[in-house]
Amino acid sequence: MQEQIKKAYDNIGLPRLIIISFFVLMLVFAAPLGLNVASLLGDTLRRWAMYGILVLAMVPAIQSGIGPNFAISLGIVSGLLGATISIELGISNSWVAIGVAMLIGTVMGTILGILYGFLLNNVKGSEMTVSTYVGFSVIAFMNIMWLSLPFKDGNLIWPLGGSGMRNTISLSNTFGELLNKTWGFTIGQEGAGLYVPTGLILFFLFVCVIMWLFMRSKTGIALSAVGSSPTFTRSSGINVNKMRIIGTALSTALGAIGIITYAQSYGFLQLYNAPLWMGFHCVAAILIGGATTKRASIAQVIIGTFLFQGILAVALPVVNQLLPESNLPDVIRLIISNGIILYAISKTKGDK
Amino acid sequence: MSAQFLLNMQNISKEYDGNQVLKNVTLQVKPGEIHALIGENGAGKSTLMNILFGMPVIHATGGFEGTVEINGEQVSIDSPHQAIDFGIGMVHQEFMLIPGFTVTENIKIGREVSKPTLLSHIFGQELDFLELEKMAQDARKALATIGLNIEEYIKVAGLPVGYMQFIEIAREIDKTGIKLLVFDEPTAVLTESEAERLLEIMKKIAAKGIAIIFITHRLSEVMDYADSMTVLRDGELITRKEIKDTSTIEIAELMIGRKVEKLVDLAEDNRTFTDNSVALSLKGFHVEMPGERVRGIDLEIRKGEIFGIGGLAGQGKIGIPNGIMGLYKSQGTVEVFDKKLELSKLGNAMANAVSFVSEDRRGVGLLLDESIERNIVFSAIQIKNEYLHHLGPIKLLDQKKMRQHALEMIKLLDIRCTGPTQKVGSLSGGNQQKVCLARALTMNPDILIVSEPTRGIDIGAKKLVLEYLVKLNREQGLTIVVVSSELVELRSLCDRIAIVSGGKIATIIKPDAPDAEFGLAMAAG
Repeated sequence: MQEQIKKAYDNIGLPRLIIISFFVLMLVFAAPLGLNVASLLGDTLRRWAMYGILVLAMVPAIQSGIGPNFAISLGIVSGLLGATISIELGISNSWVAIGVAMLIGTVMGTILGILYGFLLNNVKGSEMTVSTYVGFSVIAFMNIMWLSLPFKDGNLIWPLGGSGMRNTISLSNTFGELLNKTWGFTIGQEGAGLYVPTGLILFFLFVCVIMWLFMRSKTGIALSAVGSSPTFTRSSGINVNKMRIIGTALSTALGAIGIITYAQSYGFLQLYNAPLWMGFHCVAAILIGGATTKRASIAQVIIGTFLFQGILAVALPVVNQLLPESNLPDVIRLIISNGIILYAISKTKGDK
Repeated sequence: MSAQFLLNMQNISKEYDGNQVLKNVTLQVKPGEIHALIGENGAGKSTLMNILFGMPVIHATGGFEGTVEINGEQVSIDSPHQAIDFGIGMVHQEFMLIPGFTVTENIKIGREVSKPTLLSHIFGQELDFLELEKMAQDARKALATIGLNIEEYIKVAGLPVGYMQFIEIAREIDKTGIKLLVFDEPTAVLTESEAERLLEIMKKIAAKGIAIIFITHRLSEVMDYADSMTVLRDGELITRKEIKDTSTIEIAELMIGRKVEKLVDLAEDNRTFTDNSVALSLKGFHVEMPGERVRGIDLEIRKGEIFGIGGLAGQGKIGIPNGIMGLYKSQGTVEVFDKKLELSKLGNAMANAVSFVSEDRRGVGLLLDESIERNIVFSAIQIKNEYLHHLGPIKLLDQKKMRQHALEMIKLLDIRCTGPTQKVGSLSGGNQQKVCLARALTMNPDILIVSEPTRGIDIGAKKLVLEYLVKLNREQGLTIVVVSSELVELRSLCDRIAIVSGGKIATIIKPDAPDAEFGLAMAAG
C-alpha cells in the first residue's frame, strides 16, 4: 500500500501535487465567497482548449532538442498576420475566413520557423537565451509593422486618422467564437451554467491526435531522437540540423494555428505588445504538466494547460474576492508562471 | 629499512563500488631515482597516483587500505594541497596552464612572492604587493634549471606544445622542498627531439636528488632512462625490478601476462577463409577523431572471420570504426564486399549492411530515455524503412511488429528487464550493451563492428555477449570486427589481431602469439 502511494506520488510529482491541491482548495473557497463555481469551471474548460494548441507547439521544439520555444511569438505574429489578411480580404463565410487565416498563418509560420531553425543551429547550447531574445524582438519589430502595413479594412485600422492598426480587433463580424459555438451547450442554467465549447475542445484534441500520429511517424521518431541524443541520431545516419529545423518550423506553424484558435475563442485579435509574454505562459504550462526542457509529451500538454489555466481561471477571481482592489492576481500569475519555469530549469540543470 | 625509500606505499588496496581496482600494491621510490610505473590501461596506475595526491575522488568513494610513508614517516594525505606540502608534484599529461598568463605568472601561480602593504595589513594577504622582479628571477632560475631558453614575460598562449610541457615542469621544480615529481606520460604529445630533451631534463632533475615517478607506455624510454620499475597488471603488483636486471622483452611479457582464464567456450569451428573473399578493406585510411587519430591504415578483413583490433588508449584503434561509420571526418577508401563506401555520407556504411556497436554506449549507442523496443528498431526504421505502416507518403510506426521483434530479441539475448517498454536508461550496463547489440543485429548486417563490447559490464554479461558474437559468426557466417582495449578478450575470440599504435597498424598477429610480441607491438609508439 505504502509502496503504491509512493509510486503514485512519484508519478504525479511534487509541483503538480501542490498545484492540484491549490486548484481544489480554490474551488472549495469559491462557493462561500458567492462565486459561480459552474461558470468558473466553464471558464477553465474554455481557457484550457483555447491555450492548448499554443502549448502543444512546445512539443516539437522540446523533442527536437531546441528546448522550450520562447520564440513562439514568431508563430503568433504569423497567425495574427494570417487573421488580419483574412479580414482584409473581406471573406464573408466565417469558416472560409478562419480557414484562410490558418492557411496563411501556417505557411508564414513554416517559412519563419525554417529561417529561425537555421539561426538556432548556429547557437547550439544557448537556444533558450536566443529564443527569448528572438521572441521579444519579433514583437518589437511587429509593433513597427502593425503601424505601417498597408491594411485598409475599417475593422482593422484606427477609426481616426485612417492608418495604423488597432490594438484590439473585434472578430464578431468574422470568425469570433466560431469553434466555441459549434455544438456548444450549457450544463445547468442558461447563461450561468457550465458552458462546454465542444467545437473548440474537439479541434484542440484533433490537433493533438495529428501531433501524436506525427510523433509516431518515421520523421517524428527521428525528431524525438535528436532531442534525446544528437550523437546517437547522427550515428543512425540522420541529419540532426535538418530535424531541428523541422521541429522549429512545426512549432512555429502550430503557434500560428494556436493564436488563431485563441483569438476566435477570445473574440478579439490582440496586436502590439499583447503576445509579449505568451511564450512564457506556454512554457510554464507544459512544464507544469511534467515536461522538462528536454522531454515533453502530448499528455503533459493536456494536463499542464488544464492546471495552469485552471489556476488562473479559478484562483484569480477567488483572490480578487478575498483581497479586493489589489494587484495580487497579477502578482500571482507572474509568480506561478515564472516560478514554474525557474523550477523546471533548475531541475534540468541539476540532473547529473 | 624503509627509511632508504623516499616514498613507500605499502599494501594499497582500493575498491570502486565493489570493483577491486588495486590489490595489495606496493610502490617504493628512492631519492634521486627515476622509477618507471608500467601497466596497460586500467592496470591501476592512475588510481595509485590519485591516492598519492589525496585526490577527492578517492575519499568520496570510501578511501583506501594500506599505508603511505614519506621519508620513513607514515603520513595521511587527504588533499592535493597536503600532497604539495609534502613535496610531491605532478607534471600533467594535459597541460594545466593558463593561456592568457605569462610564463612567470604560470610558474608562480598560487605561490606569488609578495610584500605587505598598508592595505594588506588591514584587509589581509590578498592585497599584498607582488614583487614581480623577484618572481621573474625565480622563473628564470627554474627555466635555466631545465635548460629552456625562453623569455619569462611572454604569454603562454601560442607557445608550441613542447614548451608548455617544459613550463609545467619548471613550475613544479620551482616549488621549494619538492622531493618527488610524477610525470604522467610526458612524451605522449611531444615530437621525438622534444621527448629526448624532456627525458634529459628528467635525468638532470633526478641528479639533484629529486625522486621521479615516470608513467609511460614506451618501453624504449624505460630502458634508456629509468633506474627501476614497478609493473602493475589488473590492479595487482607484478614485480619491482632494477632496470639493469631486465630487458624490453621481459617488460612486455610482464605487462601483458599470460592469463589462464578463457573468456569464451568456443563453439565447433569448421570455417574456412580465402584471401580473395574480402569483406572489408581499408586503403590509406585516415580519421580525424580527436584523441584517437588514425594516420593511414591498409587492412583487409576476410569474409567470415572475427578480426580483432587492439592497442593502447589514444593510439587510434577507436578511430577506425568511427571513421568507417562516418561519425568523424576521414580520408582514403573503404570497400565493403568490393563496393566503395561514400564516407562523407552519414549512414552510408549502415545502408551497405555494416552495423556498429559503439564504445560510447550512453552517448552514441542508446537513446536513454526511450523504451527498449524503440531503441532496438530505431536504425531499422530510419535506414531500412522497416517496422512501419506505409500509408502513401506517410510512414507510421508499426507498434505490433516492433513489439514482437523486441520480445524476440529480449528472449534471444536474455535482456533482463521488466518488459519491452522499460526505459533503457534504467537498465544495467550489461543489459544496455545487449540492447545495443540487438539494434545492430536488427539491421541484418553482413559485417558487425563492435567497439569495446565489454566495457563497464560485469563478468557474467561479458561472457554472454562474447559467446553470442562467436555464435553469430559460426552459425550465420557473420563477419565480425572487435575493437577492444582488453587483449584477453581479443585473444579469446579473434582469428587475427591487429595492434594499432600511433594511428598505424604495428602488426597483425595470431591470438596465440607469445605475450612479448603483443607487448612490444603495443609499446612500439
